[in-house]
Amino acid sequence: MYKILKYSIFDLLRSRWSYVYFLFYLLLGFVLLFLNNDLSKAVITLMNIILVLTPLIGSAFGVMYYYNSKEFTELLLAQPIRRNKIFFGQYTGISLSLTLSLVLGLGIPFVSYGLFRTSEIFDFTLLLIVGSFLNFIFVALSYNIALSTDNKIKGFGYAILMWLFLSVIYDGLFLISLLMFSDYPLDQFSLFATILNPIDLSRILILLKLDISALLGYTGAVFRKFFGTGLGMILSLTALSLWVVFPLLLMRRKFNRKDF
Amino acid sequence: MIEIKDLHKKYGKLTVLDGLELEFKKGGILAILGPNGSGKTTLIKCLLGMVIPNKGNITINGKSVLKKWEYRNNLNYLPQIANFPSNLSVIELINMVKNLRSKQSNEQELISLFGLEEFLKKKLGNLSGGTKQKVNLILAFMFDSDLIILDEPTTGLDPISLIHLKDLIRKERVKGKTILITTHIMSFVDEMADEIVFLLDGKIYFNGSGEALKKQTKIDDLERAIASLISKHYV
Repeated sequence: MYKILKYSIFDLLRSRWSYVYFLFYLLLGFVLLFLNNDLSKAVITLMNIILVLTPLIGSAFGVMYYYNSKEFTELLLAQPIRRNKIFFGQYTGISLSLTLSLVLGLGIPFVSYGLFRTSEIFDFTLLLIVGSFLNFIFVALSYNIALSTDNKIKGFGYAILMWLFLSVIYDGLFLISLLMFSDYPLDQFSLFATILNPIDLSRILILLKLDISALLGYTGAVFRKFFGTGLGMILSLTALSLWVVFPLLLMRRKFNRKDF
Repeated sequence: MIEIKDLHKKYGKLTVLDGLELEFKKGGILAILGPNGSGKTTLIKCLLGMVIPNKGNITINGKSVLKKWEYRNNLNYLPQIANFPSNLSVIELINMVKNLRSKQSNEQELISLFGLEEFLKKKLGNLSGGTKQKVNLILAFMFDSDLIILDEPTTGLDPISLIHLKDLIRKERVKGKTILITTHIMSFVDEMADEIVFLLDGKIYFNGSGEALKKQTKIDDLERAIASLISKHYV
């Protein structure tokens, strides 16, 4: 697997897009910090950007990479390598390179601003952890989509739809149902609905740590009431890990049955 | 050496292989022929483990190869369409494939045989179809394996490279290798093949030597003999 991982990272590091993504975060970090001059505000702004952008980039890069490396995959399939190793190697490669762009792109400006001397370092670290989780989750989800259809346009379309659904439409439906059923107890429903969406889950995880009640919202408040900050964080981190594990299991099932 | 039993493969509603049975002994050149869409490539990909059959079994040297991967260490494959990652250079690709197998390779000899020295540092995306096919051939012949599978090896090759290819195949036969070839070029089959398998609608329609085929159809030209096999079926 490490050989495949090595080659896919090697391949990705040469692609223009990794650098564009890296430079975007680098620029964003510098602009936010040096125009704003307020670390904790910068962290909140960054959270909002990361929660929208990492899932989008993860989904788009995931499908694109799968389709673009199809020839390479076929070449590898004829070599004496286990199928699992090929796909997990490629998956880890793309997820790691996206995470690298995120962590380095944001890390450099924050470190140069003097992050290590402040108390915000934990919030910032958590932000990067959540961003990395979202990378791994959305690349896995989009790999599943790409494995299900050989049509590039369709695959890309489904991936974007999935992102749109989880980052925008889902929240809308969630709010509407909260309003419509406001006469009933909704604690459990909203807890459950949050766990079913990795983006909402990440938002709550960060807000629990930042401890900003105004931004916490209904579900966040329920989360804190139910579990307290510590347990709530552990629980949401576990749920995020499951969001990586389940798509990966599904992916393994898919590619072990796929014809090339 | 290779034994295929009751092999079935469907893509959705389309039946590609329909209870195919085939046995092939070690050593020699086997040509797999058939009209477009007769299941040649699917058969080869089943052998390679790239396509998973719905039913049936494939054994090489007595061991089932389904869902296995170690056996590919002793198998070289030339894919039909030479698609490579476009931002790797030729030499990087060759080194990568070498790295994946813990085997001796003789790529230098093949590179000079096909005159690819000047292309080694070029990106694969910038190569012409014929040059890509030469790279493809190097990857397929650089390891010493008992089984060599060539899917349309002649595509896009110039006459000199074609002669080199034929020499290469003959050399491997002398070494006692088993070589499977699919092609549509009958003169190539006539010249090279020891045995012909004719596939039609996912089944073996004919299995024997070129001479036997000519005798059976009473036509002395292999191309016409094959054409008569196909047309008889469709009448």
